[in-house]
Amino acid sequence: MPFGLLKYGLSSEYPAQHHFTPATELKKHYDVVIIGAGGHGTAIAYNLAKYHGITNVAVLEKSYLGGGNTARNTAVIRSNYLTEEGVSFYRESVKLYNNLSNEFNYNVMMENRGQLTLAHSDAAVRSFRWRAEVNQHMGVRSELIDRQAIAELVPNLNMSEDSRFPIMAGLWHADGATARHDAVAWGYAKGACDRGVELHQLTEVEDIEVSRGRVTAVKTNRGRVECGVVVQAVAGASSIVAKKAGIPLPIHCYPLQAMVTQPYKPILTPHVSSPHVHVYVHQTSRGEFVIGGGSDPYPLYHTRATLDQRESLSAAAMELFPFLAQARMLRQWAGTTDMTPDYSPIMGLSPVENYYLDAGWGTWGFKATPICGVTIAELVATKKVPEIIKPFELERFYKYEQINEAGATAASH
Amino acid sequence: MKLLTCPLNGQRNISEFTYGGEYHPMPDPETASPRQWAEYVFFHDNEAGVVIEWWCHTASSFWFLAERNTITDRVIRTFEASEIFQNRIDFAEPTNGEKK
Repeated sequence: MPFGLLKYGLSSEYPAQHHFTPATELKKHYDVVIIGAGGHGTAIAYNLAKYHGITNVAVLEKSYLGGGNTARNTAVIRSNYLTEEGVSFYRESVKLYNNLSNEFNYNVMMENRGQLTLAHSDAAVRSFRWRAEVNQHMGVRSELIDRQAIAELVPNLNMSEDSRFPIMAGLWHADGATARHDAVAWGYAKGACDRGVELHQLTEVEDIEVSRGRVTAVKTNRGRVECGVVVQAVAGASSIVAKKAGIPLPIHCYPLQAMVTQPYKPILTPHVSSPHVHVYVHQTSRGEFVIGGGSDPYPLYHTRATLDQRESLSAAAMELFPFLAQARMLRQWAGTTDMTPDYSPIMGLSPVENYYLDAGWGTWGFKATPICGVTIAELVATKKVPEIIKPFELERFYKYEQINEAGATAASH
Repeated sequence: MKLLTCPLNGQRNISEFTYGGEYHPMPDPETASPRQWAEYVFFHDNEAGVVIEWWCHTASSFWFLAERNTITDRVIRTFEASEIFQNRIDFAEPTNGEKK
């Protein structure tokens, strides 16, 4: 390897290594068409090709690989949810994440730094105790910790009792982690393309042909494609795409804003989140502080950044980490979140027989990427809904069987 | 700060308002099936374009409607609910669980 590197360094050409095959012409027919080449879409394609031997697959992407919410999320991985359905689902995803770099032979920069959620009220302490009990019962490492333990974990945190909302306790989640979000999509796309999957960027699905309750073809800006099965994995545009297949969804789109500071020396190890002051903060391996979690107060399909959110996120971040008052901001951005009424995803069957949903990813999509790839691929290959995602079916809203995770999402809504 | 015009209180900061959801005609509670109720309560058009939606001026608890473009974030107009709701609705008095 060092010689290869030396040779590369002395070369005058610097040949670029292609991560995935460039798109060719669209074929007339694919067994499986996946709409959306983000983490989820490529993960489904990867699992279909590697574990189910289904390679006549096209991943259609309106823009470029991993350019939507895969690029915009704040890369938090955790499983400390509240419901049995939620915890067992995200727990499997965290397990898959821990082995993802080996699975791909591609570094996704997984860092198991743990996640700390802060309680500033008696009600929050009570709900954290509940979550910790549920998590421990399900084999997820969560515990309620006191002020002293918090101060030891995060020495720079403002533990003053004179602050506006003094910290009372914390929910410590040792399984919490972060990873390079782009690398997750790249790794999946590379693995899928190496096995024969076609990735078509700049290919927008304009219409979906449905006859007698079955999808027959999708119309794109590059021509019509017949297909055996269609999967939609387009977080942020789920309602728009599902509508083309005549499927109404219980989703409202809200922009979620985040921002990042200039780099600092490493001083913050875990991910710190406070649902009460509406902010979460972590330091990336590059040293930047990612400050996130501000949802706009009304639905919008626009990813502009606002001064209002910058002000409120900064104020909240400074309350937790006063030294951030000196920080200069590098970037501020927004991603469109598909908010469902119960803050859980919508996965699996739809009213159209061969059209599968991977939608409603609100603020919890990145952490679920590997398990979505595994379960949706299994659904496509076997036509049977895996037990672990059965509770997240679209039909649950008609049966009034929602899975309430509103309290366990870190972002403010 | 973005401004919104309340039909009662005039132009105010948008932080004084609460978003109240898409406007949809309510199905008849006496005849609607559970499925229709689920659709009315949970499902949304989530239109990328011009929508009609409920807003409330929080300080005065005044509910009104707005026409807004969800792509450009421009509010086209705001108007009183009386533009749509012109007839008084008299709900039937409860009759000890018996149906009318």
